[in-house]
Amino acid sequence: MPNMQMTKTKISEQKPEIRARNFKEVCLGYTEEEAKLEAQRCLNCKKMPCVSGCPVSVRIPEFIAKVAAGEFIEAYNIIKSTNSLPAISGRVCPQENQCEGKCVRGIKGEPVAIGRLERFCADYAMAHESECERVEKPQSNGHRVAVVGAGPSSLTCAGDLAKLGYQVTIFEAFHTAGGVLMYGIPEFRLPKAIVQKEIDSLKDLGVEIMTNMVIGKVLSIDELMEDGYEAVFVGSGAGLPRFMGIEGEALVGVYSANEYLTRINLMKAYLDDYATPIMKSKSVAVVGGGNVAMDAARSAMRLGAEKVYIVYRRSMDELPARKEEVHHAIEEGIEFKLLNNPTKILSDENGHVNGIECIKMELGEPDASGRRRPVPVEGSEFVIDVDTVIMSIGTSPNPLIRSTTPGVEANSHGCLIVNEQTNQMTKEGVYAGGDAVTGAATVILAMGAGKKAAQSIDEYIRQK
Amino acid sequence: MKTAHFMYECKNALSGFHTCWEVKILYKILKKKQLNESIVYMEIDAPYVAKKALAGQFIIFRVNEYGERVPLTIADYDRKKGSITIIFQAVGGSTMELASLDEGEYILDIAGPLGVATEYGDVKRVAVVGGGVGCAIAYPQAKALFNMGVSVDLIAGFRNKDIVFLEQEMKDVSTDFHLCTDDGSAGFHGFVTDKLKELIESGAEFDEVIAIGPVPMMKFVCKTTEPYGIKTLVSLNPIMVDGTGMCGGCRVTVDGKIKYACVDGPDFDGHKVDFDELMRRNSTYREQEKAHVCRLTGGVRNA
Repeated sequence: MPNMQMTKTKISEQKPEIRARNFKEVCLGYTEEEAKLEAQRCLNCKKMPCVSGCPVSVRIPEFIAKVAAGEFIEAYNIIKSTNSLPAISGRVCPQENQCEGKCVRGIKGEPVAIGRLERFCADYAMAHESECERVEKPQSNGHRVAVVGAGPSSLTCAGDLAKLGYQVTIFEAFHTAGGVLMYGIPEFRLPKAIVQKEIDSLKDLGVEIMTNMVIGKVLSIDELMEDGYEAVFVGSGAGLPRFMGIEGEALVGVYSANEYLTRINLMKAYLDDYATPIMKSKSVAVVGGGNVAMDAARSAMRLGAEKVYIVYRRSMDELPARKEEVHHAIEEGIEFKLLNNPTKILSDENGHVNGIECIKMELGEPDASGRRRPVPVEGSEFVIDVDTVIMSIGTSPNPLIRSTTPGVEANSHGCLIVNEQTNQMTKEGVYAGGDAVTGAATVILAMGAGKKAAQSIDEYIRQK
Repeated sequence: MKTAHFMYECKNALSGFHTCWEVKILYKILKKKQLNESIVYMEIDAPYVAKKALAGQFIIFRVNEYGERVPLTIADYDRKKGSITIIFQAVGGSTMELASLDEGEYILDIAGPLGVATEYGDVKRVAVVGGGVGCAIAYPQAKALFNMGVSVDLIAGFRNKDIVFLEQEMKDVSTDFHLCTDDGSAGFHGFVTDKLKELIESGAEFDEVIAIGPVPMMKFVCKTTEPYGIKTLVSLNPIMVDGTGMCGGCRVTVDGKIKYACVDGPDFDGHKVDFDELMRRNSTYREQEKAHVCRLTGGVRNA
């Protein structure tokens, strides 16, 4: 008999007042008993609507049945057969819009906690390594593939190709592989040891990672191909931060979310032993409503800010962030200034930020995105006293590849143009995926693209 | 080039320690010279960077696992040998740590070449102005122009004669070399801007001026050349993290627009740069930088 409880099995988390001041992981995960209990809520539907909601088609009811039976390693193997980074996706996927959004149990009550169960299986497998099947380095097929970037799409593509016997080299611009998983998503949401572990498992498959290699500068795509790489996958992400273009964005105390988070996550500015500095802010306004904005706001709180505001021009319903992140942010004391839009950033006589002027907004007719368009309320300007402003209004793809690779095309937003079926770019043998193609999106979509590109690359090389 | 397999231990939150292998390029210090009390010359084995480097481009280094990412302009390169040269002033925590490394030791990370290479227009006579450690970069710029057959006036400014470096090298790559010291202990007594103005007033017809040095110096070089309408190129050194356009920390206002020094620069038309804003932004971490230096030196240094 399935467990007919209407709500998800509770998961333990660090208490908000404690976790808001440390960088340790917020969510502590299910115990074996809790996982089994939650797994029993799954009705094992024949139609499997959840699977259709998953960008990498994890065989969800199958793995959940194994969890319910207490066969956790088997459950993990089922997930791993289509999703190469389950410990990561279990933590950062927007499940409410994907698998869980389609779950039948969600019609009356809460859906099955698929994300939490996925995470549980991955963590269980990591903690019981000796029980897992050892991954043997596959027999090399002698073909070389280059992967540009080391974020989620690249890691997935590299892993899938390596399993097929390709000799894969990843070229990463930073000193550390992982892309947004390392520089963007904070430790309290995605522990870096877990990301490192996933990267190390690629090395076990024989994937070579070269850091400090800014492709487009140190080597071009054409040079990689001349060098004997038969295909190239570009997963260079959407790293270019946008600013609003309002007055005061060059003041001391204005960050892009990218800079703020990179200093904290990649450069470990929150730890005393590390040399990278970061401002010790008292009062912070984060402009934007996505996951990155939540990450920046919650990081600012953890660095000791007394007041942290999210300034977002639409309302709670339109917030693009993952529900759980918004919920956690509210619990941690982040104040949401909704239906407000910044008009200028103010400063003291030394050019240091001392306030942000906003104008109130109201929602009008739906716009192209289907969301109601925010319209400014004339004369409603007001000032919030802050010493730091973090701009988190989106990013664009890095132009480095498209500007240094003849034959590659991009759209007006700078996104690389690919064939949607194969993920091949407008140049033969060159494939792309992830945010570099879609603009800023999710980790799991990037992984899906990396997977698809790996299949296409395999077909391309075999047909050559 | 050498690579090494480093064995390192990863602390894993879930399963304790485990051991992994990683292939890593080693950036060996081939030669090190102290050019004056605080300025250090280093030739480093970095074949990939050396193969592509051009005048005006920069690298980002990280001394060790705890280090910050710091940009430094490439002073020279040797494609055959696969090496690059950097010349830097040990003035902050990270540059002091870099300066503490000896010949034969390794720098953990070097990424580059980054930024856009200097574009030389169709010029016949150019004044290259260097201030202090900026002379380290003025020198290769002068060399590039001199080798192109351009007439080069190299104006090099220092506080006093004791800290002058690369004097002979600079003489060798300039048509006219003008050494300036603030206290008059060697060469011309006065600032580089005084010398530059004197040359212009006395009829020197510069097609272009290239200025590299502390921000205030570049600002005043631009002020000096502006009334004469001489195109002036400056090489900016803002706060930076990644060097690939990702953090936006290096944004500078040029001609009223936001530019990223790492991908749009580091060279800009000096008459359009908002230098005051750049100076302000560069002061963001001044207090923390002092603390960093104090930790390294035990507080004996008075910066």
